[in-house]
Amino acid sequence: MAEEIKKVGLLEGAENNPDNLLVVKNLKKYFPIKSSFFKMTVGNVKAVDGVSFAIKRGTTMGLVGESGCGKSTIGRTILRLQDKTEGEVYFNGKDLFALSKDELRKERPNIQIIFQDPYSSLSPRLPVGEIIGEAVREHKIVPPEEFDDYITRVMEACGLPEYAKSRYPHEFSGGQRQRICIARALALNPDFILCDEPVSALDVSIQAQIINLLRSLQKEFGLTYLFISHDLSVVEHISDTVGVMYLGNMVEFAPTETLFKNPLHPYTEALFSAIPIPDPDYQMHRIILEGSIPSPANPPKGCKFHTRCRKCMEICKYADPNFKMVEDEHFVACHLYNTEEENKIAQRLTEEAKKAEKEEAENQKNGKKK
Amino acid sequence: MSENKHTSYISGKESRRITKFNRKVTKKLESERANANKDPQLYTTKMKDENNVVEFDNVCTFFFTEVGTVKAVDGISFEVPKNSTVGVVGESGCGKSVTSLSLMQLLQRPTGQVVGGEIRFNKGDGTAYNIVNTPNSIMEQIRGNKMSMIFQEPMTSLNPVFRIGDQVDEAIILHNPDMSEEDVKARTLELLDMVGIANKEGVYSMYPHELSGGMRQRVMIAIALACRPELIIADEPTTALDVTIQAQILDLLENLKKKIGSSIMLITHDLGVVAGMADYVVVMYAGRVIEKGTADDIFHHPAHPYTIGLMKSKPVVGKKVEELYNIPGSVPNPVNMPNYCYFRDRCEMQCDMCSGKYPPSIKISDTHVVSCYRFYDEKNVIEYPKTVNPEEL
Repeated sequence: MAEEIKKVGLLEGAENNPDNLLVVKNLKKYFPIKSSFFKMTVGNVKAVDGVSFAIKRGTTMGLVGESGCGKSTIGRTILRLQDKTEGEVYFNGKDLFALSKDELRKERPNIQIIFQDPYSSLSPRLPVGEIIGEAVREHKIVPPEEFDDYITRVMEACGLPEYAKSRYPHEFSGGQRQRICIARALALNPDFILCDEPVSALDVSIQAQIINLLRSLQKEFGLTYLFISHDLSVVEHISDTVGVMYLGNMVEFAPTETLFKNPLHPYTEALFSAIPIPDPDYQMHRIILEGSIPSPANPPKGCKFHTRCRKCMEICKYADPNFKMVEDEHFVACHLYNTEEENKIAQRLTEEAKKAEKEEAENQKNGKKK
Repeated sequence: MSENKHTSYISGKESRRITKFNRKVTKKLESERANANKDPQLYTTKMKDENNVVEFDNVCTFFFTEVGTVKAVDGISFEVPKNSTVGVVGESGCGKSVTSLSLMQLLQRPTGQVVGGEIRFNKGDGTAYNIVNTPNSIMEQIRGNKMSMIFQEPMTSLNPVFRIGDQVDEAIILHNPDMSEEDVKARTLELLDMVGIANKEGVYSMYPHELSGGMRQRVMIAIALACRPELIIADEPTTALDVTIQAQILDLLENLKKKIGSSIMLITHDLGVVAGMADYVVVMYAGRVIEKGTADDIFHHPAHPYTIGLMKSKPVVGKKVEELYNIPGSVPNPVNMPNYCYFRDRCEMQCDMCSGKYPPSIKISDTHVVSCYRFYDEKNVIEYPKTVNPEEL
């Protein structure tokens, strides 16, 4: 049933809307599982399994979810650091995966990334000025005579002193290194920066410095962020819209305020109830999810969340829910919010699936007898 | 990082001097430890208050490294009362883990040494062990039996080549050599059940790689609980876990505490986790305790500028602020600590006295103690932290 409606698409023509900087449509990324012998493909890890969203210019979208739910894979696929399996990614109205090598190279400065670990993402052999300036020279962002001034200006914007230019990364603390990473991304004058857990390796007091820096840079340069994090309080602080992921699917997407005030999907509810609040008088009403996230190589049938869901119904076990708009700009993928028509389709699918299951079981029995 | 270009480099001469000094000091300390084996008097003391499980009294733990002496823990004092949870909070590198390792005597020797102070562990009969001098043979009876530890990473702290059952059994057999095999297994299954593992028989014969992170952490907790310890040290028990699994584990710890009635020393950098769990909170900064008190004191009336800053710099769900407060600068270099308040250079509430001696601990209410000159009053000064000069060792 999902297929039937997804084809119509929530984001029909969204790539033509100049407001949207990045549009991702039904993106899929499967990693093949190879058998050790003959390197045959024996299955797929469905890291990202049909995700669609759009980010408006100058806004921040947060992407949250447990580890292994495919957040980072989405990021890397959008940047074309790895190939997609299916789907489309439009950046500024252009399909990124349709670009040739040369065209992509021209587009690259506009899309930048900040990695999670500032300790391993900086080359230990290059001085900081060179780390930041390498790509600037390569892409000829400024004429050679202005190069030095430009790097100093970028570093200043990120709160790095000028004398840091000739230093090597090992001389800096974690927070300073993350500033270098930000400066490196910013130096190319990008429209879009993908922040892949930029603060999770840092201490609380340094986290605040980096978050404030990212926000002030956004205001100054009109940047658009995709902010991937597992820390919900950070995401709430920095994002305009938030997408919640579970096992390769997006289960809920809404403006931050709406989402945090009124989470609709049972998973989002449980996730939010688990956030520790720094107030000893606050009574926590944790919704404890049983078990852990299933393997993406062998995801459950129907709604992927049904194995842990408190509100699981019969149809959830067989029919895949639609990702659709329930309220204004509030998207959710859950059977709880089905229309009657959708319920009917789901019911039909469930019965069909059950029938098929029965037949298969009988076949197996018969097969054994023979 | 300082303006001086060469601070992070050491000349060959200097490096040789440090190595020689380290060798001399560690050799002396090690031989002192070896002597302590003989006389039980050397490691038996008395508790200040019988209602405490552990008392830290001006503990100093130094690391004699190649770049100089790192004062990881520099004269800290706090206590863990019976049947309560004490949260130890601080940034990475502030010495919270070293504190717990000193208590367990799991420091990487000979580089890491407890060079001063007392750690008193209540024996229950009016006397106490001074963990600092306790020899290994005695420590082996205490560790895992009277106090046990839950480590940060369940992925790396279980042995991959032994079955879960064997690993839990081991802890029980070691401290109860008389128990029969069946009893041990029954106890292990009981423990696995207690930590909420549904398929206990199955898990008993599984290997760690077959379990998820949350399940492994449950097994770790089962091992820690094996001998009904009086004190459980939980060193960042949920940091490596996802939010939903974190909620499961915290819930479990809370229930277990009620059930078995032991004290928990919860080490974490997450203020949210501490608020939900702890009765008392100790805030550490650069190897020293800067503030301690009940959870209510710390969260509702924070006094030290660092604690206040820490609270404000963490975004809280449901409380929207335009810009987060941030504490400027970073932690001073641990090899070369200043002789005034360690937080002065980052502090926005300095007064004239801040440039003087390191501030003493000052009592501002019956339960609330802070090290900051903003509350300085002759009458309320408890004590100045006692440190040890490595040159005099």
